[in-house]
Amino acid sequence: MPRVIPPVPVRDDEFFWTGVAEHKLLARSCAACGLLQHPPTPMCPACGGLEWNAKELSGAGFVYSWIVSRHPTQPDAEPRIVAVIALDEGIRMVANLSGVDVKDVRNNMRVAVHFEDFDGVTLPQFRPAAPEGEH
Amino acid sequence: MALTPGAAAIAGIGHTEFSKNSGRSELQLASEAVRAAIADAGLTPADVDGVVTMTVDVNDELALMRSVGIEEISWASRTPFGGGGSCALLQNAAAAVTSGAANAVVIYRAFNERSATRFGQPNGGGQRQGPPPGWSWYLPFGLDTPAKIYSLWYQRYMDAYGLTNEDFGRYTVVARKNAATNPNAWFYKRPITLEDHQNSRWIVEPILRLLDCCQESDGGVALVVTTAERAKDLKQPLVTLEAATQGHNRASADVMFNYYDKDLSRFSAAEYAARQLYGATGLTPADIDAAMIYENFSPVVFLQLEAFGFCGAGEAAGFIKDGHIEIGSTIPVNPHGGLLGEAYIHGVNNVIEGVRQLRGTAANQVSGASRVLAAAGHSALILGNGN
Repeated sequence: MPRVIPPVPVRDDEFFWTGVAEHKLLARSCAACGLLQHPPTPMCPACGGLEWNAKELSGAGFVYSWIVSRHPTQPDAEPRIVAVIALDEGIRMVANLSGVDVKDVRNNMRVAVHFEDFDGVTLPQFRPAAPEGEH
Repeated sequence: MALTPGAAAIAGIGHTEFSKNSGRSELQLASEAVRAAIADAGLTPADVDGVVTMTVDVNDELALMRSVGIEEISWASRTPFGGGGSCALLQNAAAAVTSGAANAVVIYRAFNERSATRFGQPNGGGQRQGPPPGWSWYLPFGLDTPAKIYSLWYQRYMDAYGLTNEDFGRYTVVARKNAATNPNAWFYKRPITLEDHQNSRWIVEPILRLLDCCQESDGGVALVVTTAERAKDLKQPLVTLEAATQGHNRASADVMFNYYDKDLSRFSAAEYAARQLYGATGLTPADIDAAMIYENFSPVVFLQLEAFGFCGAGEAAGFIKDGHIEIGSTIPVNPHGGLLGEAYIHGVNNVIEGVRQLRGTAANQVSGASRVLAAAGHSALILGNGN
C-alpha cells in the first residue's frame, strides 16, 4: 500500500473531501448559472455567483494524461499511476488509476471512478470502464 | 499598455560562483552578487534606490540593504511564481525606473538550493508539514516532486506528437555542449552524448531521465536596471530592455499543476507572453539572434520554441534534431548551457547571459547578436543593444 499524504481540506474544498468519504464524487456547481468549476473557487467566474451546490458527478470520463509516480530516493512499494481524468461533465481532475497494468494505459481510454481506503485516507481512484456499447 | 521599447537598460550584472555547496549564507550570496552588479555598472551602493526579487527569495530587502550598504530605497517589489517569473523581475524594475519611481533598481536572486532546501526532492526536502493550500488536489495522489508534477503535463505533449525521451535528450546534449566551454558552468568541460543521456536513470519513466532535469545549485545573481538615457553615461556597453511582460492566463489555472488548460500539447500562457512581446516591439521570431529559454526540465524548451514561434506546433523535436538551436544556426538556445548545464539560479542566470551576448562578452558568443529573447514561460523579455 502506498504512503498517502492526507489532504488538508480548507473552507472552499472541504465539501469535496466530505463527499469522497461518503464515496461520492462532487464538484462545485454555480447555483445561478450551473457552471462546474474544479478545483472549486469561492466565486463563479462566469456570473459572479457566490451560491453553489455540490453536484454529484457520474464518475465517468477518460484519461487525458498520465504518469507513473516513482521517485528514485523515496519509491513507493507499488508505484502508483497518476492521471488527469477528463470527466464527462467537462471538467478535469487529478486522481490515480488502479486495477490496470501500466503497459495497458493509454490516453483517451475510458475510465470510471471508485473509492479506496489507504490507511484511513479515502481517495477517488479510476479504473478502465467497458467501452461504450459493451457491458 | 507595454513598456516603452528601449527606455530601460541593464547597466550591471553580477553573480557568485555556481556550486553544489556554497559554504556561506544565502544573504552572503545575495550581497556578493548585488555588490558585483553595482560595481559592474560603475555605481556605488548609495546610487541604488530600488530592489526587486522573487516572492520565494528568503533574503529580506532591509537585511540586504544593511549588508550591502544601500542607504534608502523608494521602490521594493517581488514577483510571483518562482522561476516562471524570472523575466518579470526585469519588467518590475523597468516599470520603476521609467516611471520615475526609482533611479537605479537592483534585482537579486540567491539561494542554497542544493546544500539547503532542495525543491526537487519529495515534499521539498522534508521542509513542508503537510500540503500547502491547493496541493490537496495532488499530493495525496503521489505528485510530490516537480519532476512528477510537470511530467503529467509533458506526457500529453509527447503523446500528441509522438515524441520519445530520446527527443528530449537531443536538447540536453546541446545544453551540455555549450556548458562544456563556459567556465562559469557547473558542467564546464563535461559534455555528454545522446547515449549518456539515454543511460541516465529514469526519474519519471518514460518521460524524464536524470539528464532532462535542471541542476540543483547554490549561488546568487543580480542585475542593475536604470533608464537607457542614464545607462549611456555608465561603464558598460548599452543593453536595452526592448520589451518585458508576464504571461498568466486563467486557462492555465496553476503554474505548476497546469492540467486544466484546453490543450496541454501547447503552452498557452507562453503564447500569450509571446504575443505581448512581439506586439510591443514589432519584432518577429526571425529578428531574434539568440534565445535564453528557461528549462526546469528539457521538454519545456520544446513547448517554448513552439510558443515563441521559432517553429510550428509539434515541430520542436525535428527542429532541434536538425541542429537549428546550435550556436551558428537558426536560433542558438542557451549558449551558456542553461539551467541544465550552467546552473539553476531560478532562471535569472539566463537573463545575465542575454546581457553578456549583447555586450559581446559571452563565453560562447553568438556572432553579431543584437536582439536576445529570454523566455521563462510565464514571463519573457527581449533585450537589444541598439544595433
